[in-house]
Amino acid sequence: MSRWRGDPRLETAEKRLAEAGRLIAVVSGKGGVGKSVISAASALALSKLGYRVGLFDLDFHGPSAHVVLGAGKASPKEEKGVVPPLVHGVRLMSLVYYTGDRPSPLRGAEVSNAMLEMLAITRWGPLDFLIVDMPPGTGDEVLDLLRVMKRAEFLVVTSQSKMAWETVRKLLYFLKELKVPVLGVVENMRRDGSAFIKKQAEKLGMPFLGSIDFDRMLEDSIGNSEKLLKTDFSSHLEKILNRSLRGGSHD
Amino acid sequence: MHEWALAEGVVSAALKAADERKAGRVLGIRVRVGELQQLDKKVFKFAVRQLARGTKAENLNVALEPEKSVFECNVCRAEWGFRRGGLRPGEAESVHFIPEVAHVYLRCPKCGSPDFQLKGGRGVLLEHVEMER
Repeated sequence: MSRWRGDPRLETAEKRLAEAGRLIAVVSGKGGVGKSVISAASALALSKLGYRVGLFDLDFHGPSAHVVLGAGKASPKEEKGVVPPLVHGVRLMSLVYYTGDRPSPLRGAEVSNAMLEMLAITRWGPLDFLIVDMPPGTGDEVLDLLRVMKRAEFLVVTSQSKMAWETVRKLLYFLKELKVPVLGVVENMRRDGSAFIKKQAEKLGMPFLGSIDFDRMLEDSIGNSEKLLKTDFSSHLEKILNRSLRGGSHD
Repeated sequence: MHEWALAEGVVSAALKAADERKAGRVLGIRVRVGELQQLDKKVFKFAVRQLARGTKAENLNVALEPEKSVFECNVCRAEWGFRRGGLRPGEAESVHFIPEVAHVYLRCPKCGSPDFQLKGGRGVLLEHVEMER
């Protein structure tokens, strides 16, 4: 007779993610640089290209992917676990389905538990890409992602602000030290054609994927997927996705 | 049913444990079931047995060990237990899916703080796997 004890969720999480295709974590050291819009718009753009795409909002303290997609009253279906709803072609999973309009005052261990529970119960079905919208920094969500979603590739977002770069630089050092795959750095909300971020990324030996210029029409398209895909923001992003995820050439 | 997803994890973990130890059959499991997850124990047991069919865990004995949920306030240190009746139906269901969501809907009964910790009785934990050598 032999004995064993453990957390069964890890087993299920691994199994569920096995068919989720490429796992792309959209990260940054700083908040407010556009991770959620980039995550959601990337998911929409890939879905329009015919890929099967999931979007997992792991920003438990400030979920907003549902706002960008205009998810309305969409909610998961209970079927031997939960099946995320298809929102404009994207399978969207978010803690917001369970918290509604209320804040989620969770501490570290609770964040880890909630994330693991969601990974264990969510039946994504076969996907080509699972985009993970991460909270800023190198806290619990990032550490848990590294622990549980071992295949994750990191798309690092920054603005051209020196303050944002200061934290992103540290995040890049961290990812480099752990030898995890970094797809590269995306500069968002560029205002003046500055090459500061490009130079800094290259100095660190990280691929610079491109800049997305500040688009004043973007805010009006939040919640409207058709409009979002027609913005200059999305057109810049699609070029970046084409070379970072789809193996297209640099232009 | 959400119970099926949890049962799937338990069966996979038990089978993995048996494989790792090059054991024969899985004879039984003991599962700790935290009150907060509000598991339907009958459905869960049924799901475990169904999922074990055709595997080396077929006909395993499933023992469930219920565990009371105890919260402790991080502000005033008050302790209290979970009462499903203290939640609206939709809220209770959300806590069933993601027990941490309790922090969204519950408050310390003494000082009203949302900053509390769960000392025990969260969800499903595979406590023990009995296998044939």
